[in-house]
Amino acid sequence: MSGAYLPLLLLFGVSILNAIGMVAASHLFSPRRDTPQKLMPYESGMIPLGSTRARFSVKFYMVAISFIVFDLETIFLIPWAVQMRELGWGPFLAMCMFVVVLAVGLLYEWKKGGLEWD
Amino acid sequence: MELDFSQQIHYVWALLPEIVLCVWGMIVLIAGVSGKHQDADDGAAGDPSFGPKSDLGWLTLLGILLAAGANGWLYGVNEVGDSSMIAVDGFRLFANWIFLLAAALTVLISFVYIYRLRLQAGEFYALILFATAGMMFMAGARDLIVIFLGLEVMSIAVYALAAFNRRDRKSAEAGLKYFLLGAFSTGFFLYGIALVYGATGSTNIAAINTSVASMAASPGLLVVAIALLAIGFGFKVSAVPFHMWTPDVYEGAPTPVTAWMSAAVKAAAFVAFFRVFLVGFDAAYDTWFPIMWWLAAITMVTANLIALVQTNVKRMLAYSSIAHAGYLLVALTAANENAAAGMLFYLLIYTLMNIGAFAVVMSVAHQAEERLYIDDYAGFGWAQPGIGLFLTIFLLSLAGFPGTGGFMGKIYLLQGAADSELWVLSVILVLSTVASYWYYLRVAWVMWMKEPTSKDQHSLVVVPLPMCLALIVCVGLIIYTGIFPGAAIDFARSSVQGLGSLGGGMLGLGL
Repeated sequence: MSGAYLPLLLLFGVSILNAIGMVAASHLFSPRRDTPQKLMPYESGMIPLGSTRARFSVKFYMVAISFIVFDLETIFLIPWAVQMRELGWGPFLAMCMFVVVLAVGLLYEWKKGGLEWD
Repeated sequence: MELDFSQQIHYVWALLPEIVLCVWGMIVLIAGVSGKHQDADDGAAGDPSFGPKSDLGWLTLLGILLAAGANGWLYGVNEVGDSSMIAVDGFRLFANWIFLLAAALTVLISFVYIYRLRLQAGEFYALILFATAGMMFMAGARDLIVIFLGLEVMSIAVYALAAFNRRDRKSAEAGLKYFLLGAFSTGFFLYGIALVYGATGSTNIAAINTSVASMAASPGLLVVAIALLAIGFGFKVSAVPFHMWTPDVYEGAPTPVTAWMSAAVKAAAFVAFFRVFLVGFDAAYDTWFPIMWWLAAITMVTANLIALVQTNVKRMLAYSSIAHAGYLLVALTAANENAAAGMLFYLLIYTLMNIGAFAVVMSVAHQAEERLYIDDYAGFGWAQPGIGLFLTIFLLSLAGFPGTGGFMGKIYLLQGAADSELWVLSVILVLSTVASYWYYLRVAWVMWMKEPTSKDQHSLVVVPLPMCLALIVCVGLIIYTGIFPGAAIDFARSSVQGLGSLGGGMLGLGL
């Protein structure tokens, strides 16, 4: 019974050894010439210093929320669309209601000015 | 009409009040952004109870009325079969009346508040309607997943409402605090559902009942599940170890929202709490009895003791609402039909007196967030005798003074406790009620016995017409149920009949 999990255990063991081995090997064999850039936490990335309270315009959040809403709409619609003919009218009406509710949301956002950048 | 839940379409009829509220919420939302409501001038003269700023409020009331009609129509409907996710029973419909009443009263008292603080009326009323729909889902749910959905629909709307006054730091703090802690409690609740499913193999409350009844002793998994669900519900009803958020959120949230949260959200959580524990975990009574016993005891004692030293009226009423959650937990601990009827009756009365008290607090606060300290009430009674008297009646009813509905509510809670022979808990209830007289009557004493600090201190207090209507309804019903409680308690008793019959469960297992 437990023998069935032996390959998994081996996999874990090899992964751990591999990870430790790579770090240890590069530490032992590679030449070290430190420069300030190389000693930064994220080499050739963003400079991770400065205020944590960087401010973004709220417009970006509006766009992000609208994106998520329609992204999710797609996620719900596509599986239904694939099976539409087999599922019949009941799910069709359900999806209609779903889309109507979303449309009301879009109408609200539009009226409220959420789709305008300025 | 008969409902057969093997046909999908019959769920639509069973959920008619909820559907009406959801659709009406969308209508109000769209009406709020179309038309000229958006930029009403703060300094405009005239009574804001009518006209462009307030017609959204009247529109909302019409929706609540329609939902009430649908709720009344459901009394003529019978369900066939018992495997549904939605209950159509008296318990749910009575709870729906409470939610609709609370929603209507909240809308009535928030007209001028919204106008003065320039809040967005359409969103405000729409969120109230959506939250009410969520509460109804909780009350009608016969499945833990539906309860969870209702809980989320309600909570997310209320998080937004708590932070609704976006120009006020305290309101933002209240919204964030409620959201973060609410998210934690939701986690507990969901984990509890998962473990219930693991222990019993179902999320349907009737199936859980059958499964729990067939177990010889509660397995460890079920015990943990019950504890986690108790934590989730305990947070929503603000029972004591989980009450830390309540004073801050109630103090910071806009006052009409505080009234709404303290009455309706608590009622919804209690109704779902009751159905899950009395119907679902009926056979595991021995397991959850000590948990509820201690929750009720420490909630009553702690909340009443802390309320004694409050100086802010909203904070004082927040601790008072925690204390009332403790009284209602006594009914849950008693777990018999009398206690269930007493809980429904008490929730109804509590809704009336609490929203009424908050309405008067709003008038004293100039329909805004000023003058919220008890010292600000000095001389208020003689300056404004009408609503001064009303506030006194609400406070006496909250304290449980004979002749008011609050007194009869406590009597029925005690009757339920006596039926299950919870003598020690009853004594704690009575003693903590006596302690609560101090902080309720202190406000009454300050407003009638102390001299106002300046002569025109209370001359700006306004009670607009809709709020007047709400206050009269509240006072009238409190006095009526205080003197003639028969009709209301009979209605509550007939509403809880058959609550436990679904899964073959017996209410009132006793000790």
